[in-house]
Amino acid sequence: MGNFIITQILGMQWLNQIIGDLIKLIFGDQFSLSAWGGSLQFFIFDFIKIGILLCFLIFLVSYIQSYFPPERTKKILSRYHGIGANTLGALMGTITPFCSCSSIPLFIGFTRAGLSAGVTFSFLISSPLVDLGAFVLLTSIFGIKVALAYVIVGLVLAVIGGTIIEKTGLGKHVEAFVLDGENVDLDFIKLTQKERLSYAKEQMLFTYKKVVLYILIGVGIGAIIHNAIPQSFIETVLGSDNGFSVLFAVFAGAPMYADIFGAIPVAEALYLKHAGLGTILAFMMAVTTISIPSFIMLKKVVKTKLLVSFGAIVIIGIIMIGYLFNFIETLFI
Amino acid sequence: MMNIKALGGCCARSTQNFFNIQEAVKKLNLDVEVEQVSDTNEIMNYGVMATPGMVINGKAVSSGRMLSVEDAIALIQRHQG
Repeated sequence: MGNFIITQILGMQWLNQIIGDLIKLIFGDQFSLSAWGGSLQFFIFDFIKIGILLCFLIFLVSYIQSYFPPERTKKILSRYHGIGANTLGALMGTITPFCSCSSIPLFIGFTRAGLSAGVTFSFLISSPLVDLGAFVLLTSIFGIKVALAYVIVGLVLAVIGGTIIEKTGLGKHVEAFVLDGENVDLDFIKLTQKERLSYAKEQMLFTYKKVVLYILIGVGIGAIIHNAIPQSFIETVLGSDNGFSVLFAVFAGAPMYADIFGAIPVAEALYLKHAGLGTILAFMMAVTTISIPSFIMLKKVVKTKLLVSFGAIVIIGIIMIGYLFNFIETLFI
Repeated sequence: MMNIKALGGCCARSTQNFFNIQEAVKKLNLDVEVEQVSDTNEIMNYGVMATPGMVINGKAVSSGRMLSVEDAIALIQRHQG
């Protein structure tokens, strides 16, 4: 039963079957069995599947999010201290809508409210890295174990990263104007059910429009990897036996700026070609967490020393996660 | 005299929010100039941490939501008195 949900409902294997049959019907047996036929099938299937899951999930997640606007998150977090607060910060990050444009007011608001640097950075790391939508999508492609592993190590990275920044005192290197202002609490704006649904719908359309290009590119790259690049090549370069595969994946992924939904199809194709599991997780994490636009934004509120340390901590963390998972994977095979 | 501000200037969504609020004011036949605020510090002073937002008579009434014309009309009517 659980398997049926994963392969048919979340994985939509029935749709894959239909698309395969249609390609065969239109282009004939020979093309549909060729590498390009396979690529085309991967492209169409993944694009539709990710689109459907994405819209459904964004709607659902946005509805939940409407109960946790950042102004409320700030108030909740200000009641907690220590490692528990960091953990809660990381968890709240998973349900808060994130775009690099909103990170500045969040950062200023949290800091002025007296939240510790640890909480703020735990939140900043987990927000783009882990979300409910990504969890369900990962489940549909890699199965529940890998999806859970991704979420858990993502949260652990956020908590530890935030803690290091706080304990080493790096967290105080923020620009003066950030601290130079009053904390203003917003009276909680209560929304009606109708407003929540309209928010969820607007959020869904907006997000889909925003990420559709990334999905197209991601699925396109995935389709090429899927069939045009030989498995032996992927295994040699990105397989878990290659000691450099994780480093390679992280430094290739870090400068890329894509949503998690664009990174997933690439990861999927690499996985099918036997790239190491840790290598793939590291790649996805590097693409989503570290990007040039979000660093340019953060540069406005933190000093270079903190920004560089933040980047270094996250990169080292991701590399360690990659090697750990490649190691675990080899133990089981 | 009512005072309405549309918060946010950094993305297309905030600008759309601003236009929708202007449209709402027009539909309600109000003689009000809607002001767009893009300065982060000023936005934060209303307690708003996510744009787009809306302020009526100095009080934040919406945050993190792009308002449709109907949404904006409803909010203005609710806070008119």
